[in-house]
Amino acid sequence: MSITHDFIQEKLNNQFGDKILNWEESYGMLSATIQHDHNLKVLTFLHDEPSLGFQFLTDITGVHYPERKGEEIAVVYHVHNLKENVRLRLKIFVPIEKPDVYTATGLFSGANWMERETYDFFGVNFIGHPDLRRVLNVDEMDYFPLRKEYPLEDQTRIDKDDEMFGR
Amino acid sequence: MTAEQVNINLPEGSIEKKTTRLNLGPTHPATHGVFQNILEMDGERIIKAESTVGYIHRAFEKLAERRPLYQITTLTDRLNYCSAPLNNMGWHLTCEKLLGVKTPKRVDYLRVIIMELSRISDHLICNSIVGVDTGAYTGFLYVMQYRELIYEIYEEVCGSRLTTNMGRIGGFERNFSNTAFQKIEKFLEEFPIVWKEFENLFNRNRIFIERTAGTGAISAERALNYGFTGPNLRAAGVDYDVRVHTPYSSYEDFDFIIPVGKTGDNYDRFMVRNEEIWQSLSIIRQAYEKVQAFKGAEADVYHADSPEYYLPAKADVYTKMEALIYHFKIVMGETDIPVGEVYNCIEGGNGELGFYLISDGGRSPFRLHFRRPCFIYYQAYPEIIKDTMLSDAVVTLSSLNLIAGEMDA
Amino acid sequence: MARPVRFNLIEKSSADRGINQVQLPEGHMGEGFFATSLDKVVGLARKNSMWPLPFATSCCGIEFMATMGSHYDLSRFGSERVGFSPRQCDLLMVMGTIAKKMGPVLRQVYLQMAEPRWVIAVGACASSGGIFDTYSVLQGIDQIIPVDVYVPGCPPRPEAIIDGVLKIQDLVQDESLRRRNGDQYKALLEGYGIQ
Repeated sequence: MSITHDFIQEKLNNQFGDKILNWEESYGMLSATIQHDHNLKVLTFLHDEPSLGFQFLTDITGVHYPERKGEEIAVVYHVHNLKENVRLRLKIFVPIEKPDVYTATGLFSGANWMERETYDFFGVNFIGHPDLRRVLNVDEMDYFPLRKEYPLEDQTRIDKDDEMFGR
Repeated sequence: MTAEQVNINLPEGSIEKKTTRLNLGPTHPATHGVFQNILEMDGERIIKAESTVGYIHRAFEKLAERRPLYQITTLTDRLNYCSAPLNNMGWHLTCEKLLGVKTPKRVDYLRVIIMELSRISDHLICNSIVGVDTGAYTGFLYVMQYRELIYEIYEEVCGSRLTTNMGRIGGFERNFSNTAFQKIEKFLEEFPIVWKEFENLFNRNRIFIERTAGTGAISAERALNYGFTGPNLRAAGVDYDVRVHTPYSSYEDFDFIIPVGKTGDNYDRFMVRNEEIWQSLSIIRQAYEKVQAFKGAEADVYHADSPEYYLPAKADVYTKMEALIYHFKIVMGETDIPVGEVYNCIEGGNGELGFYLISDGGRSPFRLHFRRPCFIYYQAYPEIIKDTMLSDAVVTLSSLNLIAGEMDA
Repeated sequence: MARPVRFNLIEKSSADRGINQVQLPEGHMGEGFFATSLDKVVGLARKNSMWPLPFATSCCGIEFMATMGSHYDLSRFGSERVGFSPRQCDLLMVMGTIAKKMGPVLRQVYLQMAEPRWVIAVGACASSGGIFDTYSVLQGIDQIIPVDVYVPGCPPRPEAIIDGVLKIQDLVQDESLRRRNGDQYKALLEGYGIQ
């Protein structure tokens, strides 16, 4: 494996400097936290740079951290270099009032539905997405269900009593 | 594209003047699953397609935030329900990675047997349904009989046929009985003959080749850009298999090849799955011999020695103090689950099935996300069927092996 | 020259042969005729040739495929011809979770079926929402369409699905010919908002 975690850290730090806010390593995977408006630049650099070559987008997902005021919603990208078998995780944090993130669909066509799912569940607005609407839930739904403040159960159901079901 | 959009005007020289809109709706014949495609067609040719999913969205990720780690196994069953034990094992491996539990070799080999059996059962359904869609119902009925044998093996191990909830974090809930091993042997003897007959029906069949070869093709670059994994990517020519790339559960001790296609069309996908069944049979045979090689006390090992996460035996709970305490802690959720995030992936029936688990130290995950291969490669379907005929689109749909439960989660 | 008879030389009664024969309905038997009431004959004919519509959405659909297979054969009971067009079928077998997004589709399929029609809810998800008590799953299809038989299980074994179909057959056999025009049935459909 010619790409080690130190090599990735060095390259990204040289290119982006203070836009990389944090480095972490958990369970064998390196994870970088980036300033939220630079996500597309970092992804493009990781994709195009010949010595890095992270050209496979494994996943895009979101996480809601209600305690982190000012940066509640995290969008997490997992990228993979198939030739060298190295994975990398990139995180960006956006505030819940204005969750705007640049879209990665120009770079990876697979990001289309992954971003729609993140929008559907968390309300992240991907700027430049060709078709940002709900993918899994009903189109008329007016809230973003996976945010922590919303309950799991459907509040309009009449036959299941919360008391009896132990909630 | 919404329902109010006007049909597309076609250029001069087309058969029609405007496209017709056809709804290949959520209720499908041939029980594929619930997803919808709205097709704009010029006669028989598809000009544009738009897919809608979510007709069976069951909110697994939100449900998982409510349940302790060992109860999420029942949710993972219902992801790719044709190969439920694969998903179960993937989840257990993720939990073991988070908790730092190391499983003994015998457990790994038993897991490999079960995982390869479920991969065979997944590919069986996919290939026989491709046959049904081209008009050959016999292959499907013949091969379903052998799927019943696999179900009998699951029943012997865990008690259930389809939604197996098999195994625990650290191993299995009980040792495989002799009946289970006899059934595995019976399967290994009888199935290869049947599969050879099935291949004879289809592989060189002129009608089948004309229906499937050359249709539904996708190139390797587009497939990689979309995030394809699994047999669909291998049919396009890229040999990416998680079992070889990052071996888990002692896959490095086994000797198997990865079949790879050339053009990524329906026939290549069919052949790749066929060949993977042969490879899985070979892996099961090797694993079976390895398991039989354990003798004496080693042959009774069926779980890891980690009392913090694996329920102790009931006899010990009633007599020994530590076992009682561990039992209480596990059931009431007082065990120390480390804080952190882990991403683990296995080679599911359709590709890289990933589990992204963020734990905050509590009993249930803070966030659990499933990286579902079906969801990711279904995005490419409108591009694959552009400018093909409707009948090719139907065969492509079934050869991509789309399982609605995995797509919507 | 005729071939000599080799089989069935000794006449066995039906009990010895182990064959279950369909019970004759009540009626008056005479020399060359059998008189009974029309609804009994119609019930007998209908129940032994139900045309099911498998509305298979998820895991129960795979158990249905196993039920239709040769091991647990559902076509022994007359359900040989499964159709996917609601206009031609009488039994709607809803197998699998119905999400809220799918609800209108299910209702439309039900409305397109012609009377008499029966509905069987196979599996825990179709009966009551199952293990998915979430914001996106319909907690039982009887919120939108009337159901005749519920088959519990997650997924129910093929024997259980066959048992459900047999119960539908009992309902079909005993159904009066005037039931579908009667007030009680109309009130039931009104309750669901179906005209």
